[in-house]
Amino acid sequence: MKHTLMLAGLFVATAAVADESPTLTVYAPDYFTSEWGPGPAIEDGFEAVCGCDLKFVAGDVLPRILLEGARTEADVVIGLNTDVTARARATGLFAPHGQDISVLTLPIEWNDDTFLPFNWSETAFIYDKTRLKAPPQSFEALLDAPDDLKIAIQDPRSSISGLALLLWVKAVYGERAPEAWAKLAPKVLTVTPGWSESYGLFTDGEVDMVLSYTTSPAYHIIAEEDDTKAAAIFPEGHYFLTEVAAQLNTTDQPELAQAFMDYILSDGFQGMIATANWSYPAVIKDGFLPEGFAALPRPEKTLFFSETEAEALRQPALDEWRAAFN
Amino acid sequence: MARRVQLTLGPALLAALLVAALVLGTLGAVAIRAGGFGALRGADMQALWFTLWQAALSAGLSCLLAVPVARALARRRFAGRALLISLLGAPFLLPSIVAVMGLLSVFGRNGIVNGTMAALGLPGIRLYGAHGVILAHVFFNMPLATRMLLHGWQGIPAERFRLAASLGFRPRDIHRHLEMPMLRAVLPGAFLAIFLVCLTSFAVALTLGGGPRATTVELAIYQAFRFDFDLGRAASLALVQVGLCLAALAISARATLPSGFGAGLDRAAPPAPAGAGLLLRDIAAIAAATAFLLVPIMAVLARGLPALNDLPAGLWRAVTTSVAIALGSTALTLALALPLALAAPRHRWAEAAAMLPLTASSLVIGTGLFVIVRPYVNPVSLALPVTLIANAAMTLPFALRTLLPEARVLAADYDRLAASLGLRGIARLRYLTLPRLARPLGFSAGLAAAFSMGDLGVITLFSDGETKTLPLALFQLMGAYRMDQAAAAAALLMALTFALFWAFDRIGHHADPR
Repeated sequence: MKHTLMLAGLFVATAAVADESPTLTVYAPDYFTSEWGPGPAIEDGFEAVCGCDLKFVAGDVLPRILLEGARTEADVVIGLNTDVTARARATGLFAPHGQDISVLTLPIEWNDDTFLPFNWSETAFIYDKTRLKAPPQSFEALLDAPDDLKIAIQDPRSSISGLALLLWVKAVYGERAPEAWAKLAPKVLTVTPGWSESYGLFTDGEVDMVLSYTTSPAYHIIAEEDDTKAAAIFPEGHYFLTEVAAQLNTTDQPELAQAFMDYILSDGFQGMIATANWSYPAVIKDGFLPEGFAALPRPEKTLFFSETEAEALRQPALDEWRAAFN
Repeated sequence: MARRVQLTLGPALLAALLVAALVLGTLGAVAIRAGGFGALRGADMQALWFTLWQAALSAGLSCLLAVPVARALARRRFAGRALLISLLGAPFLLPSIVAVMGLLSVFGRNGIVNGTMAALGLPGIRLYGAHGVILAHVFFNMPLATRMLLHGWQGIPAERFRLAASLGFRPRDIHRHLEMPMLRAVLPGAFLAIFLVCLTSFAVALTLGGGPRATTVELAIYQAFRFDFDLGRAASLALVQVGLCLAALAISARATLPSGFGAGLDRAAPPAPAGAGLLLRDIAAIAAATAFLLVPIMAVLARGLPALNDLPAGLWRAVTTSVAIALGSTALTLALALPLALAAPRHRWAEAAAMLPLTASSLVIGTGLFVIVRPYVNPVSLALPVTLIANAAMTLPFALRTLLPEARVLAADYDRLAASLGLRGIARLRYLTLPRLARPLGFSAGLAAAFSMGDLGVITLFSDGETKTLPLALFQLMGAYRMDQAAAAAALLMALTFALFWAFDRIGHHADPR
């Protein structure tokens, strides 16, 4: 009840700028458009070449598209995760991206002609080297660690990284996922709604490890010149996460929308992703990764379920997860 | 006579209709959009059960703990008392994310309590789990209970205490003849208000709950939207919440008795009762409450202040936006709450309407309004009025609970006198109603401003990247790894929220002729 201001956002959000130049309306997640997210740099970069006004509308992207249906004002969406692409595709509202995706340098194979990845990372447990001297060296070791090793994870029903953990456990343990959760649950200090709260618990020293991304230490190394944070790299592999963009077939600005899709894989866009979004760019070329980033340890194995597999696993994995905490 | 009644009821009816449309109309719109109400799942029933028992326990504990504190504050006079009373109200005003930060620094694994226990060689306490949720709810809501009870104590005319003293009443007799009737009049309302706050609790349960067992109905609604995009199930859950609210309201209506003290002459408060034992008890109650409620707040300040200078410039725009919205919604809250509170002593529907928003899910309201207006107008053109109305509606239940006991007393004590003097309309409002209700009005205005300041809803739904409020900026800072700046923003948010509340509360006190 204390969060009614969402209404303001809801209504302000559809502000269309009455300007001479055409407007490209891009729906994006909340974090994206803040001055600390990648939004402003993307807006500047695209407006420099498009002769248009790029207007971000921030919020829960897919729920909003689903509410609006074919009458949506969005021309492009950016920042969808692979957990919702199946439902997004089912709306029939999205058009092919028209890009040559052979240039992508993802650690997995990607052959989607609608949803275009622009960054990626993998799930990982982050720890502080000064506080946790002997971090678990594998997922198995994490499960077998004493229960006073405390971790914070995110709720899979409200957070993409939380859902990714379910799929990570499924990818590593398959049928034995319930056993894995039974071992992991006592170490879970708490389950937070989103990534931010978990990470805050970690930086405040409440937990020894936090579910985050392999790229998280890069922020501390580059922005804070603090090299005490590290990702525990597990030989079992880490679960792949990517954010994608797509254009809508209902757009009244098809050329602009297409131009934006082209811009996503351009050097200007990809070159700034590392420090604007603290993740790997979808296309890695020389100079795209700052020093601290390039030196991050990489998992040997990257795990990923296709959209259909993930959709089928979602509910059973969720039930197993709930059971482990009951 | 009939005409006069209509004149006073008009604004109340309008306010009630507005609120009912906002809460029930939007729910209906979501249900229609979903093509009906969806079936609930087993997990939803579990969430419902958890929601009910934790809310009952949280409300009971909050009220129980508030009684000795409110009594001590009511009968003792000491330097800084007014400031302390204001400060003790602070946790209720805090945005939950800030309050959780404070609680963690006291009760968390690395917190003050566990640090002290470890130094003494004692086993630590574990914050996370159902008891963490309840602790947080007591932290949030005990201030509300304390304030409502304190108003109750102050509402007992000083003459009654003098009479009691001249009759040689012992504390036990005072308790029985003066305090118990007041408690019976005030406590059910306080319990109900807190029960309903805890019923719709969202962020707190999520972070301190420890796991999926601590899922509330409000969270289930959010997940139905966000995770399953199941509008029908969300609408069903929202309907369950509304039903619970109405049931709780009906039960508390049966439990509330009028206190019946009659009018007093507004003399100075009675002298405090003698006796070292009572004094010690009062000191202990005040000291314990102060420690429990204020140390977490100090911790937030201590954590945030060092980074205050590093706050990005954009944050100050967010501050301006938040304050402007808060002031607007304060004005509207009073405009809605006063007519409803004045009508409520004689008309049950006014009370029910004012309590209704407490149980509404803001996610449902937001989505419902969006669905309703989008076919006709560009929603952006309604941004400001809708924000103000929604914020005001969300504060309305608290404003009503604060105003209602005094409005009842006002009606019982002065209606006949005012009628015989022909005091009505604006004159009655100016010379009788506003002065008598100045304190609860100031308090309500402070609540409205504070709630509006702490409003974090943007994160759960949509906003553009430009218009942002301070709580949203805080969340965005956290989402961008900037935990130190987020802590500074939290300290700033807390200070601003409290300053606004304090200013309004003081204005109310100064306007009170007593």
